[in-house]
Amino acid sequence: MTQALILEMTDIRKSFGAIPVLKQVGFTLRKGEVHALMGGNGAGKSTLMKILTGVYRRDGGQVVIDGQPVDLPDATAAERAGVAMIFQEFSLVPTLTVAQNIFLKREPRFAGTPFINGAEMVRRSRAILDELGVDIDPNALVSSLSVGYMQIVEIAKALSKKARILVMDEPTSSLSEAETSALFELVGRLRASGISIVYISHRMAEILTLCDRVTVMRDGETVMTENCADLSVARIVDAMLGAGNTATFTWKDRAVPETARPVVQVRNLRLAKRIDDVSFDIREGEIVGLAGLMGSGRTEIAETLFGRRKAVSGEVIFNGAPVTSQADAIARGMALVPEDRRKFGLVLDHSVGANIILPNLDRFTRRLFVQDTAALQVVHSTIRDLSIKTDGPDKLSRLLSGGNQQKIVIGKWLVRAPRLLILDEPTIGVDIGAKSEIVDTVRAMADKGTAVLVISSELEELMAISDRILVLHGGRIAQSVNRRDVATEEELHHAIQGHSHSAPQHGAA
Amino acid sequence: MQSKATATLRPNTALPKVQLQNYVVYIFFAVVLGFFAITIGDKGFLSVMNLFNIARTTAMITVIAVAMTFVISAGELDLSVGSIAALSALTCGLVMQAGFAWPLAVVAGLAAGLIVGSLNGFFVTVIGIPSFLVTLGMMQFVRGLDMRVTYTNPIAISNKTYNMIFGSGSLFGIPSLLIWSVAVALLGFVVLKYTGFGREILATGGNRMAAEYSGVKTRRIKFAAFLLSGAAAALSGLLYTGMMQTARFNFGEGAELMAIAAVILGGTSLFGGKGTILGTFAGSLLIGTINNGLIIMGLDVSEQMMVAGGIIILAVAFGKKPAN
Repeated sequence: MTQALILEMTDIRKSFGAIPVLKQVGFTLRKGEVHALMGGNGAGKSTLMKILTGVYRRDGGQVVIDGQPVDLPDATAAERAGVAMIFQEFSLVPTLTVAQNIFLKREPRFAGTPFINGAEMVRRSRAILDELGVDIDPNALVSSLSVGYMQIVEIAKALSKKARILVMDEPTSSLSEAETSALFELVGRLRASGISIVYISHRMAEILTLCDRVTVMRDGETVMTENCADLSVARIVDAMLGAGNTATFTWKDRAVPETARPVVQVRNLRLAKRIDDVSFDIREGEIVGLAGLMGSGRTEIAETLFGRRKAVSGEVIFNGAPVTSQADAIARGMALVPEDRRKFGLVLDHSVGANIILPNLDRFTRRLFVQDTAALQVVHSTIRDLSIKTDGPDKLSRLLSGGNQQKIVIGKWLVRAPRLLILDEPTIGVDIGAKSEIVDTVRAMADKGTAVLVISSELEELMAISDRILVLHGGRIAQSVNRRDVATEEELHHAIQGHSHSAPQHGAA
Repeated sequence: MQSKATATLRPNTALPKVQLQNYVVYIFFAVVLGFFAITIGDKGFLSVMNLFNIARTTAMITVIAVAMTFVISAGELDLSVGSIAALSALTCGLVMQAGFAWPLAVVAGLAAGLIVGSLNGFFVTVIGIPSFLVTLGMMQFVRGLDMRVTYTNPIAISNKTYNMIFGSGSLFGIPSLLIWSVAVALLGFVVLKYTGFGREILATGGNRMAAEYSGVKTRRIKFAAFLLSGAAAALSGLLYTGMMQTARFNFGEGAELMAIAAVILGGTSLFGGKGTILGTFAGSLLIGTINNGLIIMGLDVSEQMMVAGGIIILAVAFGKKPAN
């Protein structure tokens, strides 16, 4: 408690338009502390960190770093104050070397000349990397490094700028197990050398082993700050979800008869990358969750089902016939809600209505002309059925919140009453309220006989929605378990990481 | 407030509030027209003859620009249209010169445009080269071809019927060139706004991947846009031929840039996804009016070019959304 504070944020307020995103948020960070910042999507943690790193300007409140009140109008000011963000999407230039990246725009010069001293740059890079205890060649091209090493270069770059506060956003989300433990060691060394770290992650187990304190945010407020030693996963989850929301996000034991007709049958699927041999069925009315690490090939499987990718071998039988193309898949009642809705799901500068109509143009076109009156009725009923919060069908979809945007992407396919609905990370960037509405919508679809495949990195979500969970590991389905046989998220977590626990074991929470 | 009856699904009418940017072309058009009316109204600028003259001289640009609106809305660009116009004119002229009936010559001219358009489409959608580069190269290649086929010699077109229909004649006192450009614009307006194809064009340009994942065959859509552009450019070549009663290798020089300027002035997004044929039509007329007025004012070609270029930059600057 008496440990000196390096950072103190008090009463931070921020609104986007009329919507308050942060309501008087407080956050403190001690010297040499690893402090987890948690909260559901849309809780405000990334907004808070963007204020700290100078991306956004706060509307009110105070930021004190090392006893000095600071303004942080832009990223440069934050850098000067000793704050650095280790980006989830890496901000390195892949075509430059490690050393060139570390000293980008701050290259050491030959004294008195504008010419860059390359040897000095390499020497200093090597010194920083040695200090971090990692074996990376400063002359290696960044593009030749693995994701884990790129992240370390990011950290080295931050340290070379004399950063004392590091913000790490989901640092392990795309790392292998070995890389993760290497990163943990590194975080430990940074802590020992007095660097303070804000650690954003959804992975509970990781946070409880690594961090000193946890702060949980919900709906733009800090709801809890506690020492890790005093915390359990259950308490963190309770704090994140809040009292009112837990009920709607719980699992329902839906009975799908074993005899139900399989809608899709995947047989010995092998893809060019990552997937070696995958087989599974999804029956009518069944919700199947697909769990696995990022980069384990889940999205590739979804795209193969949808006819967007060709399999090297094996086949996808949909409603009794192989899928020959995406057009064939759509025509026969398949729908895919892709992972990145802004990139693949929506035409952001088009209206809500235009987006809902897009995959359904064939249904609303008579003799070349679009029947707008008929289409508009469907748009209105879609907006109503999914309770999409919009001023009307004409509003640009760019202006809607993440949750409502996702509802458009789901809604546009529901118009076709699909036989198989594939959802790839459907609740990323979606607030908890919209999340449970989406879960309800998907359940309602399944109740009407639609087969559903849900891909998600949020185990909590998979546990809530699935009837059956497939665990993808090492290019194969490592496990297929009925949801009712899985007791805790931890079990699932182990299975995904490739530990050979058998699922129905009731381990420690 | 907004009743259900007025709500629409058209992507380009999606802005809920009246935005000045969407009307800048009409405002500029009114201002320019007013300025010329006051300064040179007494020198014949406002005479019916002169107004028809503006409409006639802009017809070729309008026809090209209407199709260009589709190409740009789909997120692409076509620089080869000017040289296609000359190729179509020469093809048409050569076929007539060889003694064939004029309808056959028209078909041959249009076919030339479709062939080049499909080559553009092939290189962009199948090979995957950016359309700027493909059509830049095609512009050079086709212009070279234009010069080669007759060794830059003009071909006289003596067929009266042809000349009447394509450029020199008039119907009920209305110049045929005006009829052509209005007909093409009307067709383009209806297709872009009310057909499934139009929606797919806009979706493709708005977000190609999202359109693709929604089942739009975006390559096919882009290919179709280049075909359309080739056909329209060929038609404009036929109009040049009819108006001049000759076919020349240098027809349509610079037309691609004029057409692009008309499209962007009209409010179509250079980045795709938002297109308006009405705006394009107004943009084309605006450019034609400026050129015409400056001629009447007695500016020489060099001065005309400078003033017209300046006005285009100004209009686009006014139409730009404030950077935030």
